Amino acid sequence: MRVETHTIDMSTVSIAGVTLAADLSGALYWEEQKLLVVSDLHLEKGSSYANRGVLLPPYDTIATLGRLGAVIARHDPRTVIALGDSFHDRDAHERLSRANRDLLTALQMRRDWIWISGNHDPALPPDLGGTVAEEVAIGPITFRHEPTGAAGEIAGHLHPKARVSTRGRAVERRCFASDGTRAVMPAFGAYTGGLNIRDAAFARIFQTLGFVAHVLGDRRMHAIAASRCC
Amino acid sequence: MPPRKSVAKPDLLPDHFLRWFATRGWSPRAHQLALLEKARDDRSALLIAPTGAGKTLAGFLPTLVELSRSMSDARSAPSPLAGEGRGGGSTSEVGVRGTPTPDPSPQGGGEQKAQRAITLVSTGRTVQRTGGLHTLYISPLKALAVDIARNLETPIAEMQLPIKVETRTGDTPVSRRARQRRYPPDILLTTPEQLALLLSSDDAPFLFSSLKRIVLDELHALVTSKRGDLLSLGLARLWKLAPDMRAIGLSATVAEPESLARFLVPQAVGESVSADIVIAGGAAEPVVEMLDTKERLPWAGHSARHALGEIYDLIKANKTTLVFVNTRSQAEMLFQDLWRMNDDGLAIALHHGSLDVAQRRKVEDAMSVGKLRGVVCTSSLDLGVDWGDVDLVVNVGAPKGASRLMQRIGRANHRIDEASRAVLVPANRFEVLECRVAIDAVAENAQDTPPLRTGSLDVLAQHVLGCGCGAPFRADDLYDEVRSAAPYAELSRIDFDDTVEFVASGGYALKIYERFARIKQDASGRWRVTNPKVRQMYRMNVGTIVEDTMLKVRLVRGGSGKGKKGVTGALARGGRMLGQIEEYFIEGLVVGDTFVFGGEVVRYESLVEDQVYVSRANDKDAKVPSYMGGKFPLSTYLAERVRKLLDDKRAWKGLPDQVREWLSLQAHVSHVPGTRELMVETFPRADKHYLVCYPFEGRLAHQTLGMLLTRRLERARARPLGFVANEYALAIWGLGDTSHMIRQGRLDLAALFDPDMLGDDLEAWLAESALMKRTFRTCAVISGLIHTRFTGEEKSRRQVLFSTDLIYDVLRKHQPDHVLLRAARADAATGLLDIRRLSDMLTRIQGRIVHRELDRVSPLAVPVMLEIGREAVYGEASDELLAEAAEELVREAAGFEETGS
Repeated sequence: MRVETHTIDMSTVSIAGVTLAADLSGALYWEEQKLLVVSDLHLEKGSSYANRGVLLPPYDTIATLGRLGAVIARHDPRTVIALGDSFHDRDAHERLSRANRDLLTALQMRRDWIWISGNHDPALPPDLGGTVAEEVAIGPITFRHEPTGAAGEIAGHLHPKARVSTRGRAVERRCFASDGTRAVMPAFGAYTGGLNIRDAAFARIFQTLGFVAHVLGDRRMHAIAASRCC
Repeated sequence: MPPRKSVAKPDLLPDHFLRWFATRGWSPRAHQLALLEKARDDRSALLIAPTGAGKTLAGFLPTLVELSRSMSDARSAPSPLAGEGRGGGSTSEVGVRGTPTPDPSPQGGGEQKAQRAITLVSTGRTVQRTGGLHTLYISPLKALAVDIARNLETPIAEMQLPIKVETRTGDTPVSRRARQRRYPPDILLTTPEQLALLLSSDDAPFLFSSLKRIVLDELHALVTSKRGDLLSLGLARLWKLAPDMRAIGLSATVAEPESLARFLVPQAVGESVSADIVIAGGAAEPVVEMLDTKERLPWAGHSARHALGEIYDLIKANKTTLVFVNTRSQAEMLFQDLWRMNDDGLAIALHHGSLDVAQRRKVEDAMSVGKLRGVVCTSSLDLGVDWGDVDLVVNVGAPKGASRLMQRIGRANHRIDEASRAVLVPANRFEVLECRVAIDAVAENAQDTPPLRTGSLDVLAQHVLGCGCGAPFRADDLYDEVRSAAPYAELSRIDFDDTVEFVASGGYALKIYERFARIKQDASGRWRVTNPKVRQMYRMNVGTIVEDTMLKVRLVRGGSGKGKKGVTGALARGGRMLGQIEEYFIEGLVVGDTFVFGGEVVRYESLVEDQVYVSRANDKDAKVPSYMGGKFPLSTYLAERVRKLLDDKRAWKGLPDQVREWLSLQAHVSHVPGTRELMVETFPRADKHYLVCYPFEGRLAHQTLGMLLTRRLERARARPLGFVANEYALAIWGLGDTSHMIRQGRLDLAALFDPDMLGDDLEAWLAESALMKRTFRTCAVISGLIHTRFTGEEKSRRQVLFSTDLIYDVLRKHQPDHVLLRAARADAATGLLDIRRLSDMLTRIQGRIVHRELDRVSPLAVPVMLEIGREAVYGEASDELLAEAAEELVREAAGFEETGS
């Protein structure tokens, strides 16, 4: 038997009875609420490094906003939640170029925009557009940056990635981690690395290995048991 | 200038040197005198000599003679002089120089500055610089520098020469390094990286202005890599600081000595300038033969297990045997197998680059005192000092290149007038062909070393930053200086300016990093580093050897049973250090997999940060057999000779019966490819269809070809599933019936192999190629974009590895012509992707494709077919691999039992 698992673009994730779509881009979409969630954009990470003498290409913000624009265009959500660490450091929003700021403003047009604050961006100024919140609850779901393991929680912060090895070859990709009761979202930013889901940090959230990694492949999503990853 | 035949002239060597030669029972060799003559005539020279020709002494004789002459007046009491001991033991602090008055001999323009500097640094001790640094010696291996220092002690001590020799390597204590800069020895032995570091310091002009000579050892090995680029730029700087400096290059025999001779002298714009070439003759012809095995020759594989007993007998019959293999895993396996059958208790050791340094040193020491009967080794012993009495070299597997083989053979018997003896042991039938043509090439003394490199831009970036750390520079001056280095003679001004821009503020089209600039121009236009942290980062990260991220392998007690697939970090720490292993190999393993390491089969237990924990496994065979094929691809030259051998049926007579029969059978059922042809066979097997071609261009080029062909076959709806490549052939399999498609004209082989695949298809593939990302990472590290060594607080290496892939993706999309991407593309032409060779092949075979439609696998195809499942399939279809893992979850969810992998 071969189960049709929405392999084209999205993978279905159920959390506390709510059905959401895990998008290949790393965003989460809640159809009934017309709500799009992205986590850990880490805008201006490049310039943050440049400040410390590592001159990374200054194109990460435009790359991230470009991908964000594409997924917004695809779903046309009523609400967008940026699940924290949207900016790489406290001053990052001040380093946004004019063009990127305009791009962000355009994305915010005609929709509600919620910045959840994260450890990298604990205090966001009001002139960024949208509203700033510590966390948001909608129905049985709570959106916050740092996962606590509570039921119905959708969080980010950990940048989950999964590694699968077969016959001496390994593939490592970003993923959603979910056990049906809670979920941790992948980082969306162009320069964000990842933390292996077999790390102890995930054990604290999920308690067991009975969770699933919804892995972002090159062209498809793949639901893989965490126990199968290494 | 053509090399002149040297005639022994009595005035070349002072009496006490001649007496010393006589007490040793030697007389100066012709090439040693020739180098003295070049020195007298103020010429730079390249000495080409086989191992054992007294090459190193030849390189140092001009220095020793000059120093002994200039100092003989000032000499009073001879002093104990020493170099550094192998273990970094103490050096006698000072060679007492008699009177503390400065040497009266003129030292050129730098002297005044030097004198002033002396008065500045003099601390009132009796030490004072007289002549300053006279000779710099550069070696590719720091161990070699240390050993050469020790070897120089003998003539210096026995002739009582007042010459101070010191080494400077990464292991030299900071205090001694500082002292060396203030009170330089007469002769300093060091590495290209240390030279770069010295040049980046403010006092480089003081240190190097007195320099008279530079000796470059193992030059043939240095110039083939980015280290050679770095060295060439350092040389260019030295010519500026010490215009009177003359160079001596020491090299094994190479295909193009002229290009090496250019490396040694400053190039003038639009004109090629060369050092004189001295060729040492008189080496005895080596005696090389192929093992005439009594066993059945395997079709595939590289283990040479069939010949184990015969290899063992060779070790037993000789005093000391070096057994060379091509990869570390082969070394591991062969060593283990030999050990198992070692009923005579012969002292056999293992030596390769992943083993712990202390362990390698132990083997080398045992070797040099003649305690070992055999050493199984990799290219880790290709270079280096003389090892006692090696009377036989055994080369297991493919020789890969004629020059490489000759250098290895030269490791046997370091006495030039006695013939070196070598036995080649092919591990499979194709390797028999390669061994045959390699033996012919050795007999003809045909060389196939690669041509001189074009200097790469990432190394130039590192050098520019280094220059910025020293005295401020003008771009125009540095551009001229850089082009005096042979590898950079053709450097365009645009590439140079882009590189300087990159070093300054990243070189991005989006100019927003000016305020973060690492180097800046002052009011008069001179570039200089902006803050001391940049300088510190440069110093920590200097060098061009970017290794795969290595993990430490530690042996712990096993016992984490099945199912205890705990969270990372669960297992006991500590354990004995076995050595280091590439990260990518470990990433391909799952807990419980076994592999061979350090001469035993071990079980992978866990990975904690940069430590791999393994336990001893009782399995006889490892589950995961190999890590990567050979590092060096089959040389173009040997490949061509193999094709010629195949094409010439009369020459098959010289081949073993089994191989001749194999080829005859191939000729009967299919076709034996002609010299310039590309043969393609298609046939069905089980429920798949195979396409096998025989380009003979080496594994790397074949892998790239495999990637590109599968893309094209996909478009042609041949539904390819995977491919596998070896040094000689490439096999692609899929669901589509390629034979049928070709018959019907739906698949055109000429179009499939058209060189235009190096256009869009290549570009599309490079966007996601893991090999290209690895290539880019190397450039990013060497150029100084990212650092792998830190002062503290920053990220770990493992995270850095991940982020270069992200940088590659972003940069490729937003600034595809960035200087780092240009550097990476230039590397891809010859490195891991070997695109240039593929391109040459595709052009060569146009209109010469021979197709055979078969109903089953041909004899010639068997070896590559046997690689399937044995070698990791280098497909990049990550989705397929992930889908396979996802399928297991689906089965589990559907209530089927999970099939363990």
